[in-house]
Order: sequence, then C-alpha cells, then structure tokens
Amino acid sequence: MLKVLEIEHLTVDYPGVRALDDVSFTVNEGDFLGIIGPNGAGKSTLFASMLGMNTKYKGKIKFFEIDIKKSKDYLKQIGYVPQKPIFEKNFPATVIDVVRMDLRKESEKNKIDEILQQLWIHELGNRRIGELSGGQQQRVFIAKALVNNPKLLILDEPVTGIDQQSTDLFYSILKELNSKQKITIIWSSHDLDAVKQLANHIACLNRTLFFHGESDEFFKNDELVKQYSEASMQEHMHHH
Amino acid sequence: MSLEILSFGFMQRALISGAAIAILCSVVGLFLVLRRYSLFGDAIAHSSFGGIALGLMAGIYPLWTAYGVSLVSALIITRIKDRFNISGDASVAVLLSSGIAVGLVIIGISGGFTIDIFSFLFGSILLVSVNDTIMILALTGIILIVVLLLYRQLLYSTFNEEQAQVSGIQVEKINYLIVFMAGVTVVTSIQLVGVLLISALFVIPNVTAIMYGKGFKQTALLSITFSIFSVVTGILVSYVFDIAPAGTIVLLSIGLFAGTIGIRSTGLVKT
Repeated sequence: MLKVLEIEHLTVDYPGVRALDDVSFTVNEGDFLGIIGPNGAGKSTLFASMLGMNTKYKGKIKFFEIDIKKSKDYLKQIGYVPQKPIFEKNFPATVIDVVRMDLRKESEKNKIDEILQQLWIHELGNRRIGELSGGQQQRVFIAKALVNNPKLLILDEPVTGIDQQSTDLFYSILKELNSKQKITIIWSSHDLDAVKQLANHIACLNRTLFFHGESDEFFKNDELVKQYSEASMQEHMHHH
Repeated sequence: MSLEILSFGFMQRALISGAAIAILCSVVGLFLVLRRYSLFGDAIAHSSFGGIALGLMAGIYPLWTAYGVSLVSALIITRIKDRFNISGDASVAVLLSSGIAVGLVIIGISGGFTIDIFSFLFGSILLVSVNDTIMILALTGIILIVVLLLYRQLLYSTFNEEQAQVSGIQVEKINYLIVFMAGVTVVTSIQLVGVLLISALFVIPNVTAIMYGKGFKQTALLSITFSIFSVVTGILVSYVFDIAPAGTIVLLSIGLFAGTIGIRSTGLVKT
C-alpha cells in the first residue's frame, strides 16, 4: 500500500519553546486521520512543516515516499483547506475566480462547475467571495482544494465559527470524498464527536504524540478519551 | 469641441500614449490596491524625482536615470521590508522621503530649479515625442503580456499569499515582479500626470471599479474604461479650456469615483 505521509522524529524549536517533540507517524492511502489536541499543541506547526511553510525542523517528512526537502512536487497532489480563509472582504473575485486560481490546466475548467455542483455551491459561482456566509466560503475553499484531483486533502480545523447546519453538510462531504472518491484525508479538529463519526485513524498531539492508531482503539481507551474530551471541551468554551 | 485638434500630431501622440498609460496604471494598480499597497506608486514616483534630478545634473535623459533609481530603490526597500519586518506604510514613507531628499540636494548642487523639473513634477503629456510614444506603447505591451502570462500567479498571491505558496506558486518572486512592474509603470507615466499625481491613476479608477461588485477580469476592464475615459477626456478638455491636463485628468477620475458613490448610495448598484 502506498504510504501517503511518513513523519519521522519531527522536532521543531521556536525561540524558548519546543513546539513539536520527536513526532513520528504514518498515513496510508485511503486513511481518514483526525488529529486532535488542545490549542498550542503544535497542530499548526505540524501543518506548516508538512506544507513547506516551515523548513526549520529536525527529522524527516516524506510525502508519497519522497522527502519534501528534495522536491516540492508533492504539493501538486495535495489539496489544503486553511483554518480560516483570509482575504480582503471586498476582493473583486467571484467564486469561480477563486476556485480557478488553483486550476493548473486551463483545459480542465469545466471541472470547476462539476465540483461546485458536488459541494452545493454552483448557484453561487458568479457571486463575490466576500458576500458569502462563512460556511459557503469554507465550501469554496474545499472546491479550490479539490480542483486538481488531489490524492490527499489536508484540513486545518475547518469548521471554526461556522453554523451547525453548514458543519454537518461539510462533514458529509468529507465522508463522501474519503469513502467514494478514495481521497486520503488529514484533518485537525476540536470536535471529538465528529472525529468519532468520520475518522478511521486518530493522532493525539500535545507537542509530542500521545496516541496514534485506529479510531476504535482510541475510543476503547477511556483515559485518553476523557483527557481529550476535556481538552476539547475547554477549547469549545474558549471559542465561545 | 472642434475635431480639428485631433489632426495635430502632438495631440494624437498625447492621446495614444495617454490611453496606453491609463491601461497600464489600471492593471498594475489593481494588484497594488488589493495588496494594500496603494501608496507604493507614490513612493516610487517620489524616488524617481531623485533620479530625474540626477539625470538633469549629469546631462543624461532624465527618464533613464529615473528608471534606474526608482527600480533599484523599490527593490531595495522591498528587500529591507521583508528582511527586517518593517510595515508596508513605513517602508513607503522611507522610500518617498529619501527620493525627494536626494532630488533636493542634487538640484541645490546643480544651481536650483529649472523648467525641466516642473514638467516632471506636473507632467507634460502634450510634449511627448514620437520616440516617447513608441517606448510607452512598447512597455505597455510588454507588461500586459507578462500580466496575462502570469495572471493566475499574480492573482492568487494577491488574494492569499499563504495558500498561493502551498499551491506551489513562488510568491516571493511574484512580489518582486509586481514591485518591478510598478516601478516601470510609474516612471513611464510621469510624462502624463507628473510625479505628484501618479498614485491617482493607480488607485482611483481601481477603487471605483471595485465598488461595482464584479469579478476580477470585469473589475479590471471597468477600471481600464474609467481610466481611459478620464485621460482622453482630460487631455482634450484641458487643451480646449487651457487648463492643467494632469489636474483635469485626476479631477475627472475623482468625478467618476464620486458618481459611483452616489449611484451606490441610491442602491442601484449592488456592492
């Protein structure tokens, strides 16, 4: 089976603080990995290192069995959905403009329409991105991530500040992408219930990796569940 | 207005080069405005003032020295800004004042203001030569081709740098390219509206066009339309009534801006 991601002894030091300490895990093709952990657990640092935005790390990161320090080509096979899309509110770009930014081959532009339909936002295609609700914008950013047929989708806590209905729709889309289109997913989340429903693998991160394995195994371990649901509750309170 | 004035060679050159500059400033300016870099054009223009003074003193064609000085200083200031984490507006202020300071000192050394300096400060579109016109058209063509070829990269890195980087775009190179294009555009446009009003052409048609709520390409086309209208009408009107062309052009584009705000507040245009 193809190893989509291998992280070996990843350590990241910021001035005066160790953000990640000797983290190792592997993601196989078809996995749906939920990464959970409190704020400041190093999730953003982990993602930044994986996506080539932080190059000051010790250890090894391999995508599709190639070290990312050797080539940046792996980025072409990855779709990335950021935590909160940041852009000028009145940026003059329609939904189609925004999705097309990621499209590398102009010849595949009918793909845009197809993906917008799949994500229930095709009727918004000619609206400006800044006019949409948070949930709709989030789906546009998934469309962006999907437009190049990625093998892997990486999502950074993608439902912060989005209403419940949009969140549910979002989760069902993720599930379908993983089960029907066989896209491997790495997803960091606060929502332990959603992780239980969706992910088949779990990584518990708090600067170092406390657990990595199958989802069932995690939910059998009461101590871990209690610890991380408390962490997720605190997080939840913190956000409101 | 008599059509006769259109038969004058100087008027034809002014209108053609004016329209080309209008297109150039709209396109390059849109990226600057969206990057919250609206005053960068102004800063480059002021630094080119130092270059113009240098050229006049050394007896070199002042626009050549202006290109050299403003491009080098724009790239240096961008480098310093990135390296030492200085904010965009502060770096603009440094660039702006150093250009003027250098210009003033050089002018002082070389014996005071001359009429030439005024034509660069306030523009002299009716004086453009055939060679100037050819150069303006060539530079406009080159920059437009670059923008079309790198359209996706330019747009994406303006929309969201981090995401553009993750998608494999070399954002830093694109940023330098935009600074470089802005430098070339500003110096090329000095002949039209002069050093002091240049940022008006970069900014006003674009903020007006953005208010119409359209997508990127349509916004760019609207901005180009507003800009060409202001420049062409401004040149003709100022000639007929014998008033300052640069001021007239900028006032017309401010008029379009004010008109758009008026339409917007009536609710006829959705924003």
